[in-house]
Amino acid sequence: MAISPNSFRTGPDERGHFGIFGGRYVAETLMPLILELEKAYNAAKADPAFQNELDYLLEHYAGRPSPLYYAKRLTEKLGGAKIYLKRDELNHTGSHKINNVLGQVLMAKRMGKTRVIAETGAGQHGVATATACALFDIPCVVFMGSVDVERQSPNVFRMKMLGAEVRPVTAGSSTLKDAMNEALRDWVATCETTFYCIGTVAGPHPYPVMVRDFQCVIGNETRQQMMKAEGRLPDTLVACIGGGSNAMGLFHPFLDDKGIRIVGVEAAGHGIDTGQHAASLTGGRPGVLHGNRTYLLQDKEGQIIEAHSISAGLDYPGIGPEHSWLKENGRVEYVSATDDEALEAFQLLCKLEGIIPALESSHALAHVIKLAPTLPKDNLLVMNLSGRGDKDVPQVAARMGMKIES
Amino acid sequence: MSRITRRFAQLKADKRAGLVTYITAGDPDVAIGYQILKGLPAAGADLIELGMPFTDPMADGPSIQLAGQRALKAGITVDKTFDMVRRFRKETGDDDTPILLMGYYNLIYQRGPERFCKEAAAAGVDGFILVDLPPEEVDELKPHAVAAGLDTVLLTAPTTDDKRLPAVLKYSSGFVYFVSVLGITGTKSATEEAVRTHVERIKRHTKLPVGVGFGIRTPDQAAAVARHADAAVVGTAIVERVKAGLDDKGRPKPDLVPGVFAYIKALADGVRGVRKA
Repeated sequence: MAISPNSFRTGPDERGHFGIFGGRYVAETLMPLILELEKAYNAAKADPAFQNELDYLLEHYAGRPSPLYYAKRLTEKLGGAKIYLKRDELNHTGSHKINNVLGQVLMAKRMGKTRVIAETGAGQHGVATATACALFDIPCVVFMGSVDVERQSPNVFRMKMLGAEVRPVTAGSSTLKDAMNEALRDWVATCETTFYCIGTVAGPHPYPVMVRDFQCVIGNETRQQMMKAEGRLPDTLVACIGGGSNAMGLFHPFLDDKGIRIVGVEAAGHGIDTGQHAASLTGGRPGVLHGNRTYLLQDKEGQIIEAHSISAGLDYPGIGPEHSWLKENGRVEYVSATDDEALEAFQLLCKLEGIIPALESSHALAHVIKLAPTLPKDNLLVMNLSGRGDKDVPQVAARMGMKIES
Repeated sequence: MSRITRRFAQLKADKRAGLVTYITAGDPDVAIGYQILKGLPAAGADLIELGMPFTDPMADGPSIQLAGQRALKAGITVDKTFDMVRRFRKETGDDDTPILLMGYYNLIYQRGPERFCKEAAAAGVDGFILVDLPPEEVDELKPHAVAAGLDTVLLTAPTTDDKRLPAVLKYSSGFVYFVSVLGITGTKSATEEAVRTHVERIKRHTKLPVGVGFGIRTPDQAAAVARHADAAVVGTAIVERVKAGLDDKGRPKPDLVPGVFAYIKALADGVRGVRKA
């Protein structure tokens, strides 16, 4: 059993490590740029003008704070914990991704970069990046695996409408990890003028900490909103995890509140025992990929194994390094939900609450469906509803054998 | 004195620069890959870089990505890569040509840096060039490499300024590798003037030999680099010769291996045609 630190919120260290995780495993070409970004980010953090501009955009452009909504019918149906949904799907662009992107595009502007690149899986981060780049009039290129281009076509059109160039990536498994490889390849060639806007709490330091900080608005709002609604903090937090940015944003402000149970839900795909899943913490082990050390799906040699999930946003063989650290020290519980469980949860929320959740967030809900009935009625459970499911409607319809008439 | 250091001393005595040839281990398959490795010194290679295929080669362009996929499909592993080196030393009796493993850190990390270094050294490997292990992280490998007598060749880039260069050089041994362009392997080429300027700048900081790579495709380009650097590194263009030796079903044609060697000989002639002071 690992010894618990005095605080779970002080990481990373000055070299970007959370315990053995994190770090800066990148090509030398990028190292000076990453050091420059770290310096610029530290300066921005200390600059009230930066925070004010970000706060303004979050409120007036993205529509924050997002509501903390008591899901009465869902609560009654499950018959246990009192379930609140943190409605980050109501943000402009339809997910939590905009929180981070506004911060990073402000960083790009501050650093004098004239071009922004991003990787995307479900397309939510790509859409958010394309949106912020339209707002700030910065050319934007989004790398997206060709499989994801296919299964998330509504988002591809959205990005194009917003003026971004979408580059389909056909290397490897043609999903999120390959899009990230390709974005890194572009960045090595263009790093002097280009800002790489990473969509999750992964990549080389300082990305994991920077993205976390930008997403912490989710958890910080939740604290205040729950105090207002119930006069106390929540008992249970649940969020889905691909790279882990919406989860880290909700979890981090609560990590030192010892009584709070925190649960991250990975994508179990067809089931962990089938080997076709995207649950790096449950089914992987530590390794080095995409600039950081973290839990990865890999074979005995260290070759990366392709992930599988019905949800393009969770279809990634790694996870943010801080999650790996929180798993090893036991502060956060990590579980998983299968494709089928997520699909059931998706339909349940549509029918009970009139909310169409993203397939990503449906994984968190799938676990809430299992967990809530086991908890007492006074247990305050917050689930992060990190994205809306409009983008998933064609795919879910196809899975359910329904035809969408044009 | 390491094989790499000895080789550069010899090149200096011969008043010429060296040719470093990169091949991907196990490309197009393990048997032909070994035939290529075995014949590299005779074709004109002074040092050999043996690429360890990785599923996610973030610093490589399409040609080396595809070479890695061919090799992985053909069943290359770390142990088979060590076997290739062991056979090379035993069967050719070549105890002078340095062999460096090139690739990504995860394969080393999974085996454990200490064990990996010991096994590599025992097989006859001389050092590492690892794309994703900058000075900030190399301390987890360096002590084990030193203990096993292996060199760590670190990379410098056009973005590595004078302030940062000493940090790179501190951990580099054998030689230092200058990545001459901003980008991935096999895309752009640097101008001779840019190579000259950067090599001179690096040499103001170190006595280590400087090898220059990325974007060298022709004997003339190799010669241009040889005028300023201690070695020219060629990778993508060689790997593309391997691919050119495959038929449309990916099967090796009879002229594959001779085609690779003929190309390397032309590069070596380019490099050897440059007399150094």
